[in-house]
Amino acid sequence: MKELLMGNEAVALGALAAGVQVVCGYPGTPSTEALETVAKRNPGGVYVEWSVNEKAAAEVAAGASCSGARSMVTMKQMGLNVAADPVMCVNYLGVRGGMVIYVADDPGPISSQTEQDTRSFGRFAHIPVLDCNSPEQAFRLTQDAFVLSEEKGCPVILRSTTRVCHSCAVIDVPEIHAPGGASGFEKDPRWVIFPRLSYENKKKLIAREKLLEEEFSGYRENRISGSGPIGIACGGISCAYVRDAIAEIEGYEEKFTLLEIASPYPFPRKLAEKFLNATEQTIVFEELDPYIEDALTELCGSGQRTGKVLGKRTGSVPVAGELSALKIQQCLEKNFGIRGTLKPGEFPDAPEMPVRPPVLCAGCPHRGAFYAVKRATAGRKSVYCGDIGCYTLGNAAPLDMVDTCLCMGAGITMAQGIRHVDPDTLCFAFVGDSTFFASGITGVVNAVYNQADMILAVLDNSTTAMTGHQPHPGIGLTMMGTRSRPVDIEQVLRGVGVTSVRTVDPLNLKASEEAVRAASEEEGVRAIIFRSPCIAVTKPKGCMEVREKDCIGCRTCIDEIGCPAVLMKNGTAFIDGSLCTGCGLCAQLCPADCITMEVSKS
Amino acid sequence: MKNCLLCGVGGQGTVLASRIIAAAAMAKGLDARTAETIGMAQRGGSVVSHVRIGEVPGEKVTGPLVPEGSADVLIGFEPGEAARNLRYLRPDGVVIVCGQEVRPVTASLGQSGYRGEDAVVYLKQKAAHCFVIDVERICGECGSPRVTNVALVGAMAGTGAMSLTVPDVEKALETRLRPSLLEMNRKALIMGAEGMNQL
Repeated sequence: MKELLMGNEAVALGALAAGVQVVCGYPGTPSTEALETVAKRNPGGVYVEWSVNEKAAAEVAAGASCSGARSMVTMKQMGLNVAADPVMCVNYLGVRGGMVIYVADDPGPISSQTEQDTRSFGRFAHIPVLDCNSPEQAFRLTQDAFVLSEEKGCPVILRSTTRVCHSCAVIDVPEIHAPGGASGFEKDPRWVIFPRLSYENKKKLIAREKLLEEEFSGYRENRISGSGPIGIACGGISCAYVRDAIAEIEGYEEKFTLLEIASPYPFPRKLAEKFLNATEQTIVFEELDPYIEDALTELCGSGQRTGKVLGKRTGSVPVAGELSALKIQQCLEKNFGIRGTLKPGEFPDAPEMPVRPPVLCAGCPHRGAFYAVKRATAGRKSVYCGDIGCYTLGNAAPLDMVDTCLCMGAGITMAQGIRHVDPDTLCFAFVGDSTFFASGITGVVNAVYNQADMILAVLDNSTTAMTGHQPHPGIGLTMMGTRSRPVDIEQVLRGVGVTSVRTVDPLNLKASEEAVRAASEEEGVRAIIFRSPCIAVTKPKGCMEVREKDCIGCRTCIDEIGCPAVLMKNGTAFIDGSLCTGCGLCAQLCPADCITMEVSKS
Repeated sequence: MKNCLLCGVGGQGTVLASRIIAAAAMAKGLDARTAETIGMAQRGGSVVSHVRIGEVPGEKVTGPLVPEGSADVLIGFEPGEAARNLRYLRPDGVVIVCGQEVRPVTASLGQSGYRGEDAVVYLKQKAAHCFVIDVERICGECGSPRVTNVALVGAMAGTGAMSLTVPDVEKALETRLRPSLLEMNRKALIMGAEGMNQL
């Protein structure tokens, strides 16, 4: 049946069509929908879990794979860093059931800390990489990846990028059947990694690299088209932009020869040599690393070829950010004098544009937690370490409560490092509930063991909000639809030796401030759990209203907390009923006491 | 190929709108592609959705992104966001915009001087065809602010600029929406399209 499918959905259905039996992952934009779709379209018999983090997910998948089942693990590129340990090692051990590591890269970056390229990771790890240029191709490559993994006995990385993951295309999806059973685990010394085994297997990895370079030169998804003297090499979504860019250039098939690479590692050298020999000069369009560019340059060098390869290294193509059809036409004009037809619309004399960074939602409980800490520590030298999640947005004015943000769980440990250097500073670490479970707990154990002095603020909103409200261990709902016993954050903290633990409602400003003040007077590792559910997973309490005649127009409710539902209208505060959830934080700050609950939405 | 760019503020329903347009094209046997902003920007930031559809069955859509200067229709869920993305519009393209501003927190805090009415004036001056839709009235009559997206898609169908008709979109609504929401959205769709006729 024909369906309009997002790239991530295509990966999920490709995996189901290939008979995947175990799928694990950790949410992360732009990868999240792949695992969610497997759970939604589960034909029965497929085990699906949100693992606690990507390392755990990769290990669960590796266990399933060495027991003979086809497994898939999903993550964004940042998550691959977390999973790097098992991913590097599983390649040395090998697999039995096909194991696909689905990694979504984020050129731009649009929702990530780095612009890293998983193709380069594949080469570094000696793991074959298939790279998707569209949802349709993602559907095919996912199935190919399972076959390849079993044939070669190694994991395969399936890589896509945001504009593949989050774009939709029309795909003909076959009927999905429940997978057959796997044979189960068989004891064998091959599953125990030892230096001697790794030495032997390293030689096999390199032999496999050579073999796949040959095989991929005949892979149907790697293609040469056109017959012109100018070579254009591309891979992934850049193939789509290149096709858009050249389609309207007159006689493009005689001007250009196109090389499209779907298997960047091992690199299809024979095919690429054929391409280089057919062209006079070459330009490479690819996002993130100059991966294809380097592979072609190396081929030119090793073949004593004089032709030049233009790309990021030669300053011919932008080195960072996304590409587009327009950018490609501009590069073709700059480097070859070939003019394109695309032109941005010219509409001069624009008025001032809205400055619209993402913000904490109206009613977000994080706003209350940040504001309480801000008030309670006013006048004290303090550092506020942030982390990855919606609450990174606490960094915006007027809250201005996130001084650092590095990677998952890092706020807890960075706070310890800052304090070692800056002993008269009060060091806070804000961490969300899902991030706490993913990689925060080890940081707390480190703090307790090494006698750190810090205040841990757990922002527990009972969901993984930023990536679209996935469940996690603190909620107890699983992707198989069962309920498990929720892991209690307070008990975890007490269990690892944090003796000062307070739990408060962040929407109760007075109680929250008191908790922060009391913790600030103590020493050692203290924790405050700010517990209130995300507004997206609960019904709003109601809606606040300003009694206009009593409003003194002081702007306190706007300037202090920056809630998007509170505006100024004709000199008084006004609350947008379509946004307000009735959290009441503004009412607690109003010096004129003129904000009250208007209607209860229950 | 027909290109449509939808832009607005995270939470306004641009993603569903682009899927509805693509589904309507697909049901007519046309090729369709979309690309959407999903992630952090959905928290009240600027969002953009791209929709590209074939004009005749068999015509393939290449890339998912509408190149700048190529949009046949620009649907602005907010006037400032439409103004920001005007460079995507073809010289003879159509702008359909909701006139109601969504005030960003930066403006409330006095960090920027953005005014929605200035953006509306600019759009009317610069675009060859600009239709300002009274979405507030349509939402009021339909009883929910959440029909903004369907009202604007209705206006798009009303212009005919994407070669999709109101019945085409109506069929897509049936496949994409919960039955309980259908009636309200049908009304918004028709009101959006009728709003076009009156202009």
